[in-house]
Amino acid sequence: MATSRNRRERPATTNRILAYLLHHLQSLQFSLGKLYQAPATTIMTVAVIGITLSLPGGFYLFLKNIDAISGDFRSSSQISLFLTLDLSDKQARALEQDVAGMTDVLSTTFISRQQALAAFRQDSGFGKSIDTLSSNPLPHTIIVEPRPEADTFAVRNLLNGLQAMPEVEIAKMDTEWLERLYTILEIARRSVAMITILFACAVLLIIGNTIRLDIQNRYQEIIVTKLIGATDAFIRRPFLYGGVWYGLFGGLVSWLIVEMGYLVISGPLNRLNLLYQADLRFITFSLHDFIVLLSSSTLLGLAGSWITVARHLRQIEPS
Amino acid sequence: MIEFHNVTKRFEGGYEALKNVSLQLDDGEMAFLTGHSGAGKSTLLKIIACIEKPTRGQVLLNRINLNTVARSRVPYIRRNIGIIFQDHQLLFDRTVFDNVSLPLFIQGYRPQEIAKRTRAALDKVGLLHKEKSMPITLSGGEQQRVGIARAVVHKPMLLLADEPTGNLDSVLSREIMQIFVDFNQVGVTVLVASHDLNLIEELDKPRMTLNAGQLILNDLDRGMPEILHGYE
Repeated sequence: MATSRNRRERPATTNRILAYLLHHLQSLQFSLGKLYQAPATTIMTVAVIGITLSLPGGFYLFLKNIDAISGDFRSSSQISLFLTLDLSDKQARALEQDVAGMTDVLSTTFISRQQALAAFRQDSGFGKSIDTLSSNPLPHTIIVEPRPEADTFAVRNLLNGLQAMPEVEIAKMDTEWLERLYTILEIARRSVAMITILFACAVLLIIGNTIRLDIQNRYQEIIVTKLIGATDAFIRRPFLYGGVWYGLFGGLVSWLIVEMGYLVISGPLNRLNLLYQADLRFITFSLHDFIVLLSSSTLLGLAGSWITVARHLRQIEPS
Repeated sequence: MIEFHNVTKRFEGGYEALKNVSLQLDDGEMAFLTGHSGAGKSTLLKIIACIEKPTRGQVLLNRINLNTVARSRVPYIRRNIGIIFQDHQLLFDRTVFDNVSLPLFIQGYRPQEIAKRTRAALDKVGLLHKEKSMPITLSGGEQQRVGIARAVVHKPMLLLADEPTGNLDSVLSREIMQIFVDFNQVGVTVLVASHDLNLIEELDKPRMTLNAGQLILNDLDRGMPEILHGYE
C-alpha cells in the first residue's frame, strides 16, 4: 500500500541532486549562523587560531624579505682577478676577452695597473708617498661579474677555474660571509617549517576541541535527527562546515595580524632604509601567499573537524 | 508490516526484556501494546525502530530482516517510520515549523514542498497558527501534537508511539489518540504503546499485552507457526 504511494511522492533524482547541493549550502549557512549565535566563543576560537597561525605567517614573511635582500647580495657578488705583475697590457686585455667568453660570466671590467694607481693616488691621499716608489706595485685587475642565475656551487667552480690560470696571481671573492648567511638562512627556513608544522597541529587540536564541545552541546539534536532517519553524512556536514569557517576566519585574522605587525614596524624600517641609502623594498604577503594562507587554514579547519566528528559522532546513538 | 518470530532481547547483565515474543501487524492495521511499566513495551518498539537489536529470533519490517540490516541502511529504514515519544523529543532551539519540517529536510525535499507538507501536517494536528512559535512556549498537549506532526509529515507507512499520552490529562489524551485513529483510517499502520487502559477500551482496537517480557494476550493472534521458514 504505502510503498507505491511513497515512491510516487518522493523527490525525483534530479531534485535529489539539487536537494543535496541545497543541503550543502544550507549547512554552510546554518553553521555560519551557529557561529553568529555564539559570538563570544566564535571570536575567542577564531582569535586563538589567528594568533597561532600569525606566528608562522610572520616568520615566513621575515624569511621572504631576508631572502630577497640576500638575493641582491648574491647578484652583486664579484670576483676580482689580480694578475701577475709581469703581464703586459696587451696580454692582460687578451686574458680579459678569454674570461668574458666563459660560461657563468656575465661581464668583465678591465682595470689597468696605471688606472689602478691613478685611482689609488686620488682616493687614498697617499699621493706623495706613492711618488717615491720606483715602480707601480699594483697589478692589472679584471673584475668578473658572474651570471645572476649561477648558483653558489657554479660560482665557486668559476672561482677555482680562474684561480688555476697561470696569469692569475690571486682570484678573490668574499663568499664566506655569504655562505654563512645562506647556512643561517637554511637553519631559519627549517625552523620556520618546523614551527609551521607544530602550529598547524595546534590549530588542528583547537578546532577539534571546539567541534567536540559543539557536538556535546548538540547531543540531543543529533539523537533526534538520527531517529528520524538522518544519515551520518547529513549529521556530519554542519560540523565539517563549522570547522571550515573557523579555519577560514582564523586564516583571515592571522593575515590581518601579520599585516598590522608590518605596519607597526614599517616606519623604522623605512628610516633604516634611508640611513643606509639602500633601496630595499620590503615585501608583505603576495596574492599567492594570501590564497595559500587562507586555503591551508581552511583545510586545517576541515581536517580538525573531520577527525573529531569521525571519532565522536559514531558513538552517539539513540538508546 | 511488522513480524516478530520468537524474539528474545537480553541486555547486558542478563536481564531479559522480551522473552520469545511472536506477533504480526499487517499493513493498515492499528493495535495497542499494553502492559505495566517494565513489561518490555519500549524495548519492542525500539527493536522495530532499529534502536535495539534482538538477541534471538527474527524481526521483519516490511519484509526487511532487521537482524542483519547494515548500519548504513538504518536511516533509510527509519524514514518509513514515524516515531512519537512520551517526552516528544522536540528541539527547543528552533521554531515549531523547523521542528516539524526536519524529516523532510533530512530526506532532501525542495523548500516549497517542505513548506507545503509541514503546514499540512501542522494543520492536521490543529497547530497551524503556532508554526512560528518556539516549542517552549507551548503547553504539554501542544508539544505532543508538534511531535506527532513531525512523525507524520513525511507520510510514513508506520507510526510508532511510546506512551504518547503519558503526561497528559484525559481530555488531551483522547484528542491525541483520536489523531492516531484518523491516521489509521487513511491507511497508516499504527502501533501505540500505552498503559492507559480506560482510553484503550473506548477505542475498540486490537490489543497485545506484555507481562515481564512475555506476550500474554494477542488480539491479532492468527495462529502463526512458531518457526517460520523461507525468510533469511
